[in-house]
Amino acid sequence: MNILKQAKFFWTSIVLAVVFAIIMQFLIAGGSINQFYVNTLFFIGINIILAVSLHLIIGVTGQFSIGHAGFLAVGAYASAIMTMKLNMPFPVALITGGIVAAITGLIIGIPSLRLRGDYLAIATLGFGEIVRIVFLNMDYVGGASGMTVTHLTTWPWLIGCVIVTILVIVNFTNSTHGRACISIRENEIAADAMGINTTYYKVTAFALGAFFAGIAGALYAHNFYIIQPTNFGFLKSFDILIFVVLGGLGSMSGAVIAAILLTIISTYLQSYPEIRMVIYSLVLIIMMLYRPQGLLGTREITSFFKVGKSAKGRNAA
Amino acid sequence: MTASTQLLKVENAGIRFGGLKAVSDVNLELKKGELVGLIGPNGAGKTTFFNLLTGVYVPTEGSISLDGEKLNGLAPFKITKKGISRTFQNIRLFNELSVLDNVKVAYHSQAKHSIFSSILRLPSHFSGEKEMEEKAIEFLKIFKLDDVLHEKAKNLPYGQQRRLEIARALAANPKLLLLDEPAAGMNPQETEELMNLIALIRKRFDLTILLIEHDMLLVMGVCERIYVLDHGQLIAQGTPEQIRSNPKVIEAYLGEEVS
Repeated sequence: MNILKQAKFFWTSIVLAVVFAIIMQFLIAGGSINQFYVNTLFFIGINIILAVSLHLIIGVTGQFSIGHAGFLAVGAYASAIMTMKLNMPFPVALITGGIVAAITGLIIGIPSLRLRGDYLAIATLGFGEIVRIVFLNMDYVGGASGMTVTHLTTWPWLIGCVIVTILVIVNFTNSTHGRACISIRENEIAADAMGINTTYYKVTAFALGAFFAGIAGALYAHNFYIIQPTNFGFLKSFDILIFVVLGGLGSMSGAVIAAILLTIISTYLQSYPEIRMVIYSLVLIIMMLYRPQGLLGTREITSFFKVGKSAKGRNAA
Repeated sequence: MTASTQLLKVENAGIRFGGLKAVSDVNLELKKGELVGLIGPNGAGKTTFFNLLTGVYVPTEGSISLDGEKLNGLAPFKITKKGISRTFQNIRLFNELSVLDNVKVAYHSQAKHSIFSSILRLPSHFSGEKEMEEKAIEFLKIFKLDDVLHEKAKNLPYGQQRRLEIARALAANPKLLLLDEPAAGMNPQETEELMNLIALIRKRFDLTILLIEHDMLLVMGVCERIYVLDHGQLIAQGTPEQIRSNPKVIEAYLGEEVS
């Protein structure tokens, strides 16, 4: 019964998302939306993918990784090399970006996921910086002056990737495999004692998160005409981390909402460059003071619609 | 006792942390279907010994085998799959997960559907999840936890948390169940219920149980044999009567009888 309800909800949301995507496509193609808003929309989409992919690593599996911009960079450069140097079509570049980032995730994850808490955070932070510096010193991709990239990211590709990312991560989380990851977050020793291969699931979550960050990187690279190593510094990693923490650790919809809100706030604050970071930081400080568990806590947005129903169900049982 | 074949064999097992010998030279045997107690003063190495059995620590000396298979050096999750499952001295539930999901996690290693089928929501995902859910609900009925299925584990009262932990350990389908101070912090009535529960699961699941406990009433009441550990070494073993009158045990742990 529960599974049936889940499936119904699942298909309704997909249909709604596709309808939204098609309407937006017509509006953008027809030119009825200001280019400024279109840019913001694209930025929001990329940030949603980043937030959701990091949510899988931190919110679901509980591995505090703060080098996510590293995977973004790997995806961006790998895809840019595919389109600009090897003249491959955009879809191939997109997938390559994801796969190369996922492989990087595996290489980084297998040794560093043995570390816990603060140590893992420091190791991943170091990874992010290493990636940036490697690209900075690679003449093949333009070094510090960066690499020019054709604008190929279009609305259908963007929204398609956002929908697929959310679907995959929701489906993964709401299965026995996702529960295995959550059990690691809740108590790693107990998870181990219950027969969960903790290393395998930590690495899987890490690689899956890295894959989607790589996809986001490909979309990012082909949206902004130029990519430079400075775009992928640790501040970028913190931006993504803030989406996840502000939305509520463990809540995917929270991460999505936070990504949307913060992208809009920071875009509008660009008109006030002097006080932009001050206001942005103030928003975060106030948020953490009055709602330290994040926007949604560990709940999902869907649980707010179901409150009445599930309460009834519990009484009946 | 039913078939008197050997299940667990521990030979000269021990572990040292640097220069400290936490456990050394432990020889212990469990026959199928036995209920055996492990007692000793605080810091004697009882929990460390459990950690050796479950693979949390790798023994630096000696060997441990279950059903003739050597367990030394296997990862904890592999040892669980081989048939040793445990509870913890300080409860370690998955607090944010529901009671039902806590048990489902223990079923995970028996799951048949792959990550791939879950992501693509293939039919095998739905059938696999459904089977797990039905099994878990049936299972929780035995433990009288079926009225709190969707409650988060952290919201349960203490006694129920202990019971859920035992249920979760049993859901992993062990041959040997290790209970680390299951009655800690329980009042006499709860302890009584726990003793009944242990008797029930033993019959129902054809289990061998090794338990650490400080509550002598419980240990002497349910255990068929008792091992006594002090300073990392076994100082005695035998039936409850033998242990009760063993001078070494009285000196190290039980103390002189007052009455």
